[in-house]
Amino acid sequence: MTVNRGVERELDMRTLTYWQAISEATVQCMQADERVLVVGEGVDDFRGTYGTTKEAFARFGPDRVVDVPNSENATAGLAVGAAVAGMRPLVVHTRADFMFLAMDALVNLAAKWRYMYGGDKGGAPVVMRGVVGRGWGQGATHSQSPHATFGHYAGLHVATPATPADAKGLLITALTSDTPTILIENRTLYPLTGEVPEEMTPVPFGVGRVARAGTDVTVVAASLMVHEAERAAEQLSAQGISVEVVDVRSIRPLDDTIICESVAKTGRLVVADTSWARYGFAAEVAAVVAERIPEALRSPVRRVTLPDCPAPVSWPLEEAFNPSATEIVKACLAVCDTTRSELPALETVTAGFQGPY
Amino acid sequence: MTSDRTRLIREMVRIRVVEEVLADYYRDEQEMRTAIHFSIGQEATAVGVLSATTPRDWVYAAHRTHAPYLAKGGDLRALVAELYGRQDGCSHGRGGSIHVIDQSVGFAGSGAILGEMISVAVGTGWAFARSGESRVALTFFGDGATEEGVFAESLNIAAVQRIPVVFVCENNLYSISSPLTARQPAGTSIRGRAEAAGVRAAAADGNDVFAVREAAEAALRHCRAGNGPYLLELATYRWREHVGPGWDHHHGYRSKQEIDSWIGRCPIQRAVAEVRAEEPGIDDLVRQWQAESQEEIHAAVAYAKELPFPDVAGLLDGAYLPVGR
Repeated sequence: MTVNRGVERELDMRTLTYWQAISEATVQCMQADERVLVVGEGVDDFRGTYGTTKEAFARFGPDRVVDVPNSENATAGLAVGAAVAGMRPLVVHTRADFMFLAMDALVNLAAKWRYMYGGDKGGAPVVMRGVVGRGWGQGATHSQSPHATFGHYAGLHVATPATPADAKGLLITALTSDTPTILIENRTLYPLTGEVPEEMTPVPFGVGRVARAGTDVTVVAASLMVHEAERAAEQLSAQGISVEVVDVRSIRPLDDTIICESVAKTGRLVVADTSWARYGFAAEVAAVVAERIPEALRSPVRRVTLPDCPAPVSWPLEEAFNPSATEIVKACLAVCDTTRSELPALETVTAGFQGPY
Repeated sequence: MTSDRTRLIREMVRIRVVEEVLADYYRDEQEMRTAIHFSIGQEATAVGVLSATTPRDWVYAAHRTHAPYLAKGGDLRALVAELYGRQDGCSHGRGGSIHVIDQSVGFAGSGAILGEMISVAVGTGWAFARSGESRVALTFFGDGATEEGVFAESLNIAAVQRIPVVFVCENNLYSISSPLTARQPAGTSIRGRAEAAGVRAAAADGNDVFAVREAAEAALRHCRAGNGPYLLELATYRWREHVGPGWDHHHGYRSKQEIDSWIGRCPIQRAVAEVRAEEPGIDDLVRQWQAESQEEIHAAVAYAKELPFPDVAGLLDGAYLPVGR
C-alpha cells in the first residue's frame, strides 16, 4: 500500500509489528552508517531482545552487535566515550529499570557534554533503548517507565513511541542525530501492528500527532496509554462524547503547541501516562496548559497515572495498579461534568497476553 | 640544548609555577569562581605519562585537571580564561576548572564524578581499536575513584574486549580527608585489583618522573601492540588541600610532618638531583624556566581578565544543537 504524506514522496507501507519496526530501523541505520553499533546484555542471544536485535545480529555479527558484561554503569560510560570518538552506539536494556544503574553517564555526561565543554566541541550522541516490562507480575523493579526521569534533564531527547511507525521513525531520528536520546518502549506494545514505511523515514522529535480527532475533551497520552485513550474515546463516542487523543511521541522536546491547540478547542484536559503523577509527564503537560492557556480550561485537569506505590505482583493488585481505558473513561466523564460517573469496564489492550514475559 | 630528561623537568616546573601563581590569585582576588583542585606536588605523574603520548592519543582527566591538561599540551591562556569564566575559555565559561578540554592536543575532557571518565576512556579506546589505528585512550583518576563500582566494571570490560586504554591511578593516599587505610583493606592494592580483573598492571614511584615516563612507555607499547588495557599505579602526594588554594595540615586529618616529608620528596627537586651530573647547569636552567613560567602565567591572567564574560543572552547555547542541525 502506498500513502502520500503530502509534502514528501510516496512511501511504501507494510503492516509490521512494533518489534519488527524497531528491528527494521536498527538494520537500516546500521546499513546506512557503519558507525552504528548495538550494545547490550544478550543482544546477540537467541531471543535478540524480543526480536528487535536479532536481524541486526544475523546481518552484522558480533563485531557490531556486541554482547557486554552485566555492567550498566560502565557500558553507558563506554557508549559515551565511543560516541565522543565518532561512533553511534545504540545501548539496549531489556528492562528499563536497569537504566538507573546508567544514570551517571547519561545524566552527568551524555546530557551535559556539549554544553559543559562550551557548545562547540561536539556532543555524546548515545542512543539508549529501555523496555518497560509492565504486567505479568513483573513487580516493583521490572515494571517502571523512567521517561519522565530522563525527561527532566536538558541535553537529552526522550521518546515514548506508541505505534510501529513511530517506533521505527523515532529510532531512525535518534541514530542519525547528534543528540543523546532515550527511547522508552512498553513491552506490551511489541506485538501491536501498524502501517510502517519501508524506507528509512525519520520521525522528528517534538512533533506530536492527533491520534484521533474530537471536540469535547483532549486526552494527551504517551506510549501505551495512547492506545488505551483511543479505546476510551471509542466507548465515549457511543455516549455522545467526542474525545481528541494527542500522542506526544516524544516527551522531550514536548510539542506544547499541539497540546495547547487541542485544549484550546476542547476546553478539557485529561493526561494519561504509564508512570506516576508526581513530578511526571502528566504534571508537565498540565503545567504547560496552565501556564500558556489557563483561560481555555472549562474544568480542572485530570491525571490518569499509577497509584502512588511501587508496582505489586499479585494479579488483582496489579490490575488495580495499572490504569487502562476504563480509568481514562472515568476521567473524561468527570471533566465533562456529565451525570454519569462511569461506563462498563473495558479490557486492557494487554488482555490475552500469554506469559512469561 | 636540552635533553629529553630536562624537557620533563621544564614541563614540571612550568606546571608548578602556573598552579602556585593561580593559587595566589585564587585566594587573594576571589575572582576565579570555580571549584579548583591543584596538582601541586604531583606533577610527575601527568608529565611522565603524557610526555609519552602523541596528540592522537586521547586523555580524560578527573577533577584535578590542570596538570594533565598542560602536560598534554593544552592551551594555557584558554585554561586561565576558563578559570576566570570568560567566553574565550576552553569551555566558553560553561565548564570551569573541572570541565576543561583541548581537542587539538588530545585532551578529550575531564569530569567531576569519581570514576566516570574511566568508563568513558574505555569507550574511546574501544572506538580507536575498531578503527584499526594504534591510538590509545588514557584516563587519570585517584585512589578514591578505584572504590567506585565503575572502576571494577571498566577493568572487566576493557580486559574482556582487549581495549587499548591506560588507566593511570594517581594514588595520593587521601580521598579529600579520608585516608586510604580507612577505605581499602590492608594487604590489597589497586594494581592487584586490576591484575585480578585480567588487566596488566605496574606500579611506579609517582614522584620519579623518569620512572613514570618509562612505565608509561611500556604501557603504551602494550596497548599499541593490541594486548589490551594496562593500569599504572603511581604513588604520589597532594601538598595542598583537596579543593582550593590553601594548606590544610591544621585540619588534623594529616600532620605537617607528613606533608613536609613529601615536600622533601618533591618530584622536581628529585629529578633535578638526578640529572645534575649530566646537566651541570640544571639549577640555572630551572631558575630560568621558573622566571619564564612566572611571566607566562601572569601574562595569561592579565589577558584573561581583559576578556569579556559570556553574553547572558547565550545562556542556553549548547544545551542542544540549533534546531535544524
